[in-house]
Amino acid sequence: MTAQIECRDLWKIYGPKSKQAMEAVLKDGLSKEEVRDQFDCVLGVRNASFSVQKGEIFCIMGLSGSGKSTLLRHVNRLIEPTSGEIHVAGERVDTMGAADLRRLRAETIGMVFQHMALWPHRTLGENVGFGLEVRGMGPDARRDAAQRALEAMDLKGWIDHYPDQLSGGMQQRVGLARALAADPEILLMDEPFSALDPLIRRQLQDQFLELSKTVRKTTLFITHDLDEAIRMGDHIAIMNDGEIVQTGTPEEIVTNPKDDYVAEFVKGISRAGLVHAETIMEPLNGRGPTAKTIRVGADLAAIIDQFMEDQEPLTVTCPEGKPAGLITIKSALTALRG
Amino acid sequence: MDLWDIFDTEWVPIGPWVEQFLQWVVNNFRFIFQAIKVPFDIVLTGLEDGLTGAPDLLMLAIISLVAWQAGGRKLGLIAAACLGSIGLMGAWEESMTTLSIVLTCVVFCSAIGIPLGVVAAKRDRFWYFLQPLLDLMQTIPSFVYLVPIVMLFSIGNVSGVIVTFIYALPPVVRLTNLGIRQVRPDMVEAARAFGANDRQTLYKVELPLAMPTIMAGVNQTIMMALSMVVVSSMISVTGLGQMVLRGIGRLDMGLATVGGLGIVFLAIVIDRTSQAMGISARDRGHKKWHETGPIGLIRSLGRKA
Repeated sequence: MTAQIECRDLWKIYGPKSKQAMEAVLKDGLSKEEVRDQFDCVLGVRNASFSVQKGEIFCIMGLSGSGKSTLLRHVNRLIEPTSGEIHVAGERVDTMGAADLRRLRAETIGMVFQHMALWPHRTLGENVGFGLEVRGMGPDARRDAAQRALEAMDLKGWIDHYPDQLSGGMQQRVGLARALAADPEILLMDEPFSALDPLIRRQLQDQFLELSKTVRKTTLFITHDLDEAIRMGDHIAIMNDGEIVQTGTPEEIVTNPKDDYVAEFVKGISRAGLVHAETIMEPLNGRGPTAKTIRVGADLAAIIDQFMEDQEPLTVTCPEGKPAGLITIKSALTALRG
Repeated sequence: MDLWDIFDTEWVPIGPWVEQFLQWVVNNFRFIFQAIKVPFDIVLTGLEDGLTGAPDLLMLAIISLVAWQAGGRKLGLIAAACLGSIGLMGAWEESMTTLSIVLTCVVFCSAIGIPLGVVAAKRDRFWYFLQPLLDLMQTIPSFVYLVPIVMLFSIGNVSGVIVTFIYALPPVVRLTNLGIRQVRPDMVEAARAFGANDRQTLYKVELPLAMPTIMAGVNQTIMMALSMVVVSSMISVTGLGQMVLRGIGRLDMGLATVGGLGIVFLAIVIDRTSQAMGISARDRGHKKWHETGPIGLIRSLGRKA
């Protein structure tokens, strides 16, 4: 496993005196308010480091104003970092020249926007083929690529239509097709589904997960919805006030929130599909294996199904059949409550 | 000297200063202004020769077809009716001269105003300095700069175009600036995110999206150019304006009315046509311009045959 996207010690301070503010922050560790009062600068991203492995979906979750969209835009440098390093697909992005940066954006990174940002004066084909057009690809090859990308998003036959002739859900599928048209290694998704109604959102999430399984794009996914982050993400980073508060798998975040802020989010999340047998099992401590067993990796929902039949403790077994621990109904219920 | 009547003396002789300065400019730099005239002269002469030289009915047909293409069959009929009325009133030749002056002015206002507006939208500082200049061009009474224009450029139709140009330039600059600034930021961001450079972003995204606003600016420029027709006839610009001016001078109400009506009919035709050109393809149901109007008709006939 190699990191496809890696940001190290990334800072973004907005304002005319951002350089001085940066120095002062590093030296004296000023807070967001102190930076605002002393330098008239806004702290957008504060010392963010994270890495995204090849092929995984990495969610950045936070409320509006937490700096998550700002952080995302550093990856293709739509926003210039004040300080820090950005590595994408083995290239150093933060020191890259303008021409290299445009090549990277057109060939390596696809981006999906919250409000679709489809160009209304262009047909779907022209929208989807834009990245190829600016790279100088001929019209026929462009159209073929656009056609393929649209077909992958179930939009066959719409290539000569215009964005305003489509529903919101279809428009965002065009947005996805546009991001995928140049077959980039990396996808940046800025709250792609949050402007859609819940049912369509669910459908698009499923469609995207399905697609991810086959094409395995490294994806950085922004959302303000923890449920969505848990559904989509292999890893989740939680942001607050420009800072990454906690990074981990969905299970780590839900079972072990680092502070009150994260705990507050995690409260309402259903844990049945997130917590696994090995997390809640107790050591055997001499107790013999019981009649009923369950495998390592089974989730809480499966464990509860077992307890619905009878309340005898379950033995957790490794794949090779060795008993690893014991789950009682009490520990299962405790885990469910959180 | 009586302190109470201090202003009886001219303390700051702005008038003589300006006169001296202008005289100095005329004596030393007249060749520059004569050179500025050349491009205006070429375009104007070409247009005027074409419009007045062509057979009247052919010209009427061409303009009506252009109006039909731009704004549909109804506008084509309106244009034919307006131009027909002008012709029947006996003001055809004059109206073609006026049309060529207005069109020349539009060509130069667009060619200079749209780039200025684009730069102004990109550079706040430039816009900051340009704004008062545009205000000045729009508010200073045109009579004031008629005299220096005549001294620098002499009289005639070309000078008329230059006077009109100064007066009619601001709206296209302002509305281009506005149109570019109003393009949704995420549209521009998306273009950059897919690897477009500044030029590609401008031509493929910003200008097309700003086009309805820019065309509204061009339309305003045309209307302002038309409103200068009578004023500019004072520096012996020919055309409909001159009819009105002569009518006023001789108290010939008939002549002034013919000139005035001619201006109104001409204004209707070019206002409607230029407005129709500004309607985006989106609002026309995504039909390309060549799929409608007489050209669309010919093309579909061609396919059938």
